[in-house]
Amino acid sequence: MPFEIETIAQRFRRIAPAGLDHAALRVVEEHSHMARVRQDVAEPGERSLDRGAMVTVLAGDGIGYAATSDLTDYGLRAALERAALWARLSRGRSVFEAAPALPNASGRYSTATAKPLVLSAADRLDLLMRESKACRIDERIVDWEASLWTVRSRQMTAGIDGSETLQEYDFTIPALHVVAHADGLTQTRSWGGRYNGYCQQGGLEVIERSGFVGCGRTTAEDALQLLAAPNCPSGRFDLLLMPDQMMLQIHESIGHPLELDRILGDERNYAGTSFVTLDMFGSYQYGSQLLNVSYDPTRSEQFASFAFDDEGSRASRELLIRDGVLLRPLGGAISQQRAARARSELPAVATARSCSWNRPPIDRMSNLNVEPGTSKLAEMIASIDDGILMKTNASWSIDDSRNKFQFGCEWGQRIRSGQLAEVVRNPNYRGVSATFWRSLAMVGDASTVEVMGTPYCGKGEPNQAIRVGHASPACRFDGVDVFGAER
Amino acid sequence: MKDLFFELADYAFGQLHGSEVLLANFSGEQSDFIRFNHARVRQPMTVRQAHLSLQLIDGRRHEDTTLSISGNAEDDRAAIRVAIEAMRDDLPALPEDPYLLYSQAADASHTDRRGRLPAPEEAIDTLAREGAGLDMVGILASGPVSRGFASSQGARHWHAVESFLLDWSVYAGGDKAVKASHAGQQWDRDEVARRIDATRAQLPLLSRAPRTIEPGAYRAYVCPAAIDELLWMLNWGGVSAKAQRTQQSTIQDLVEGRAAMSAQISLREHFAGGLAPAFDEAGFTRPATVELVDAGRHAGSLVSPRTAQEYGIETNGASEDESMQSMELAPGTLARADALRALDTGVYVGNFHYLNWSDRSAARVTGLTRFATYWVENGRIVAPLTVMRFDDSLYRMLGSELESLDDQADWILNSGTYGGRSVETSRVPGALLKELRLTL
Repeated sequence: MPFEIETIAQRFRRIAPAGLDHAALRVVEEHSHMARVRQDVAEPGERSLDRGAMVTVLAGDGIGYAATSDLTDYGLRAALERAALWARLSRGRSVFEAAPALPNASGRYSTATAKPLVLSAADRLDLLMRESKACRIDERIVDWEASLWTVRSRQMTAGIDGSETLQEYDFTIPALHVVAHADGLTQTRSWGGRYNGYCQQGGLEVIERSGFVGCGRTTAEDALQLLAAPNCPSGRFDLLLMPDQMMLQIHESIGHPLELDRILGDERNYAGTSFVTLDMFGSYQYGSQLLNVSYDPTRSEQFASFAFDDEGSRASRELLIRDGVLLRPLGGAISQQRAARARSELPAVATARSCSWNRPPIDRMSNLNVEPGTSKLAEMIASIDDGILMKTNASWSIDDSRNKFQFGCEWGQRIRSGQLAEVVRNPNYRGVSATFWRSLAMVGDASTVEVMGTPYCGKGEPNQAIRVGHASPACRFDGVDVFGAER
Repeated sequence: MKDLFFELADYAFGQLHGSEVLLANFSGEQSDFIRFNHARVRQPMTVRQAHLSLQLIDGRRHEDTTLSISGNAEDDRAAIRVAIEAMRDDLPALPEDPYLLYSQAADASHTDRRGRLPAPEEAIDTLAREGAGLDMVGILASGPVSRGFASSQGARHWHAVESFLLDWSVYAGGDKAVKASHAGQQWDRDEVARRIDATRAQLPLLSRAPRTIEPGAYRAYVCPAAIDELLWMLNWGGVSAKAQRTQQSTIQDLVEGRAAMSAQISLREHFAGGLAPAFDEAGFTRPATVELVDAGRHAGSLVSPRTAQEYGIETNGASEDESMQSMELAPGTLARADALRALDTGVYVGNFHYLNWSDRSAARVTGLTRFATYWVENGRIVAPLTVMRFDDSLYRMLGSELESLDDQADWILNSGTYGGRSVETSRVPGALLKELRLTL
């Protein structure tokens, strides 16, 4: 049955049995289209239509969920009964010490798409084929692939209390990567990151502003440069991270540690806990005074912008870290209520989200950004006597408390006496979150900012991979432990 | 769900015109999940989902569409009609695919492995009662998982398994915890209680003051769960024939004979020992085993139909991403009970966490120690270890520095549930290493 906005909320409220403390419906419908060209050959085109609903029922401190792809009255009724069973069974045995209160916002959101992407399957392949063919510049280029992934998503929530939201999104995700090989050495260079780092809301304008057109040849040239480059040196260096690595640095060592459900222990069996504790908010010096981090669901082109989270809270931009001081965690209404019982009121943000209709909301990052500073990129380079510029994440690993990290990049470039010098391959660095951000020495201005993200932020049991946005300027860190590869 | 799948597949085949061929893949589950923290319920739920993937082929042109299936015949048939018509409209403008390969056999198979699974009442009662007094966190997943394949040329394959997986950690305080998992098809409350008790028994050790050691090289005993994490890294472009043909494999040196692992290492894909279906998405039947590493030397690769067609080699039923689904590492000779004594002094690694390649060409992996990792002296556990980062190559850990493997291998069901419940399994022993490099 098609997702009929006009009727499904009414049907749900009519079906819901009387006497429930609370019941809510969340319907998700996603159309996606993936086109890929590898080595100038079109890979199988993939379309999908995924549609279903999650029902939530509260009974005292009990909570229950049931997900179904059957949106008929029969399907919704069965889901309601199952969710009610779980709510009843968990009553008195839940982590909530009192009945959780869910928000009841109503309203609408839609992506501010300037140019709807209405390319046919053949047109998409033409676009990708042009970039693919441009990669074929040297016999040492041994593999390459260009892709375009678009998603049209609609999500509706309806509570038996009359609350109702409708949010509609357009996501556009172009990508390309190239592999070069010679003399036993292999180097990969990607445009936008190997795992779809260039991802935004919008239509054709995303491709236009991304610089995707023309990226095939330049990416292939980069790959050949890496092949000829010396290995990254080891030692302590000043480090200039470009936005396509900063997004990973923010994600792993600020975003995840600030998730309130991690702090409350929900993730300890899987994604992990956090070195951040509830008592740190309001006083903990997370980074240098140059560090300002925002949760910003209002930036229209960013990947995880929305008006309401999946618990129904209205979303607004908030600073999580101001002048280096930790202010707020990333946590939705339910987590905030749990945290408030452990300490006094804790201001958080509306960011409980689910990856699709078949998973319940948990605390996520959404758009998590480092605010721009005042430094021009040229000034940042000129300020470094002996350092390394790194860009485009290639490897990432961090401990379960989100402290000891080790990250690698595709591209490195030495900085000597304030000048960019030779390219180096296999650049890596390691550090500890609790001290790394205090070494933040310069923050690039708005001209250095890029808006990126990931479609694959994973956590939760059952697992959820969700869309997250990160905007960041270039940033300079002092005295970082850097190293290269074996060859 | 079997009837649902084949009825919809037959309906879809009835929509074909002329020379069109249709392949239909099905993936479904009806899962109960109970997520818990502090031995109390956090998120209990039921997820009923089914997806049908249709591949419309005409000559060498083709396209795929995946649909969520509601179970309502009228709705599902309408969605199938729309999908086939949309693909039919696209096909003439798409280029011919030189690498298209699918099974044209009209063969059939049927697997239906029933189990005894807990009802919601029993599941919550068990967790509440056996977890009482423990800081226990994790998830119980149970229910049937099914896969199907049918083609308009007559193939019909079905694979359904009912199983449960309890995956949990018990915390002693801070980040010190023991982790365990218990999977199977026959739920036995007494056995679950016994397993939870076994984790409870480790709490006194974990409650000792933690030991911090300096980065460096240490003798180490690595438990099966950690070896499991390490070996799954080979699914990330390691054992894939396509990755190897394009010089991207992380074990390229092994494949091309420039490096070797220990002669104790024999790794294979063993479908007969796992829960994954014996057919792939293109309809090919999978062999019972595919040898990947034999006595430390490269022995084979996972070859998808598409890779087979591209490089002119034989497919062996690998999925499109050419990853292992039923991995087995042959056991060795070290008696598990003697592991601590054989370790003598060093690190006992309960689990590894957040692995990634730090140097792909050198098969070097980095990650962290996690869960029940201890400092051991003279064969006795002294204290839990503060989290340490390792950064070492597979050619050392499974090669020059491998002293011995356990004489028994643990069967592990992958706890992954991205999109749906995993059917990946492994059978792996623990390993005693002469040296493991810790870096931070």
